[in-house]
Amino acid sequence: MAMIEIKSISKWFGQFQALKECTTQVDKGEVVVVCGPSGSGKSTLIKCVNALEPIQQGEIIVDGIRVNDPKTDLPKLRSLVGMVFQHFELFPHMTVLDNVSLGQVKVLGRKPDEAAENSKKLLHRVGLSHHAHKHPGQLSGGQQQRVAIARALAMNPICMLFDEPTSALDPEMINEVLDVMVELAQEGMTMMVVTHEMGFAKKVAHRVIFMDAGAIVEDDKKEEFFGSPRSERAQQFLSKILHH
Amino acid sequence: MLSGFDFSVITASLPFIREGLLFSVKLTVIAMTGGIIFGTLLAMARLANLGPLSLAATWYVNLMRSIPLLMVILWFFLVIPLITGTPIGAENSAIVTFTAFEAAYYSEIMRAGIQSIPKGQVWAGYAIGMNYWQTMGNVVLPQAFRNMLPILLTQTIILFQDTSLVYAIGAKDLLKAAEIAGKNYNRPVEMYVFAAIIYFVICFGLSYIVKRLQQRIAIIR
Amino acid sequence: MNYHWNWGIFFEQIKGGDETYLDWLITGFGWTVSVSLSAWVIALLLGFLVGTIRTAPSPWLVRLGTAYVELFRNVPLLVQMFLWFFVVPELLPRDLALWVKQDMPAKEFITATVCLGLFTSARIAEQVRAGIGSLPRGQSMAGLAMGFTLAQTYRYVILPMAFRIVIPPLTSEFMNIFKNSSVAFAIGVLELTFQARQMQEDSEQGIETYLAVTVLYFACAFIANRVMAFIEKRTQVPGYITSAK
Repeated sequence: MAMIEIKSISKWFGQFQALKECTTQVDKGEVVVVCGPSGSGKSTLIKCVNALEPIQQGEIIVDGIRVNDPKTDLPKLRSLVGMVFQHFELFPHMTVLDNVSLGQVKVLGRKPDEAAENSKKLLHRVGLSHHAHKHPGQLSGGQQQRVAIARALAMNPICMLFDEPTSALDPEMINEVLDVMVELAQEGMTMMVVTHEMGFAKKVAHRVIFMDAGAIVEDDKKEEFFGSPRSERAQQFLSKILHH
Repeated sequence: MLSGFDFSVITASLPFIREGLLFSVKLTVIAMTGGIIFGTLLAMARLANLGPLSLAATWYVNLMRSIPLLMVILWFFLVIPLITGTPIGAENSAIVTFTAFEAAYYSEIMRAGIQSIPKGQVWAGYAIGMNYWQTMGNVVLPQAFRNMLPILLTQTIILFQDTSLVYAIGAKDLLKAAEIAGKNYNRPVEMYVFAAIIYFVICFGLSYIVKRLQQRIAIIR
Repeated sequence: MNYHWNWGIFFEQIKGGDETYLDWLITGFGWTVSVSLSAWVIALLLGFLVGTIRTAPSPWLVRLGTAYVELFRNVPLLVQMFLWFFVVPELLPRDLALWVKQDMPAKEFITATVCLGLFTSARIAEQVRAGIGSLPRGQSMAGLAMGFTLAQTYRYVILPMAFRIVIPPLTSEFMNIFKNSSVAFAIGVLELTFQARQMQEDSEQGIETYLAVTVLYFACAFIANRVMAFIEKRTQVPGYITSAK
């Protein structure tokens, strides 16, 4: 059953076409990794899924909800879809605990103490119980990103979007974030992940999408993608990225 | 030179001056509160894509900022009674004028503040399902306000100084009170100096606080 | 709204005189421009001087400059007008004070110009100081390393760049000075705001009067802005962006 359906979408920034008739889908419980060189449109694609970026052509359907229908209640849709950003985007003026609780209180309408209880559980899960009352600025990048994952999970999302979650991190912090993501994947969370971490892809992904110049060039089962990528661009990309 | 000065009139006129000062402070506080609220709304209107409403907000801000406050004071004093049908008095007219005028200046500060918040913050707010007002109220505005606090306060110091211009419509503020006291005791020179000292002490004190605040915010960041 | 419009009012004669109201406004415009431009010259000269002094390596000079700026920044302009007009003559030696009070020509104009010029100079000084402060320290070291004296370093290295950096804030100060010149009405300079109030009372056609005066102020602000934009363009250093437009 398809959780996310992307049907022939195109997007322009002024004259520049960022996405060219992209079509793919993510099934329930599936983990899909999106990779490609910088500027290939992969971050734009994932932001279209929860309508942070509008599209000009095509259609996206998440759990049966048409994302681009003007009648769609976007806040409601977004509360169903968890998102993790490259630069964490924690709210710097709030404590870690309040960051995780904010959406629960304002969007889900939970009582503040109920939300705080739940937030503590989630922080424990990402290994940050002791940092609940700090501000984001007092945490390392890896810790901040784990808080961001907890914040997204706090909404009980039906699927999760990851937009280059480790590319702003120092190398020694990448694994602590990937570990949390692997755990999520193994629990059966539906995930769409933009990343260059091919180790993560090999470990938990079901499918790999390769994008170049705004178009989806390859969309294969993981084994096929790593075994014998069909396009030359994907071969080049893989050889560069797997080299080190 | 200074030996000719008679400073005893100052003690005599203190209660009178106090009343004037209170009005100046009241005017400042009301105009600041109202100005920041309306100014923030104006800034939000300008930054959102609201077509004619955004355009109107832009025009309002630019218009207010390109004419002298004195003319704005005179305009409101002339036009408000024409619209309401009854004179509302110099003091009330001043309150309306300063709130409307300062909103334009505060809105420029808040606009810069809102724009200083990275787009990702708005995305993150939307991504957890908050709507525009929730994202603004919980994520963007608190940060914008905090970043801009020193500048907002500096604008308030300017506002406090500008309240002296209600002189033009005869509202009884600190300066007017000093002038009247000066006339009553026939010692205008002493009273002007006294008023200047009061303005200086208040404004200098406030700007010192702003400077300290700026340093503290710089450390937190 | 019950208002009797009369757009022909500008060409009517004032009560008990042979001038028209338009003549009043033209006179007012002339005084506004004269006060503003003369004050601007004072403000630029003193502003750059004081601003430079505040970056000097002598703590006493810095303190002097800071005191100057704080003094003019923390007292309302209108109060400063009264101080210059009523109080300062009292501080002068007897004979000079008498001359100033009774015989000095264009007393209101000179007082307003000096007052507005000094007031604005404090604000310019603040921007000049910030502008110099934003230059990399290596610039002055490079100047000194070449064997320049401190004065030469300022003259040939620091000030030329500082001047370009402060042009954008100077633009808004230049526009401000026209707006601030309106305060001169309070000591009897026959500038636009003075004329606006006078014509409003005399003709009882307030809206027409204020509209005309507002448009004239608007024109001043617009022209001031264009002039500064022109200067900014002419003095632009290639590859060095001083401010985003």
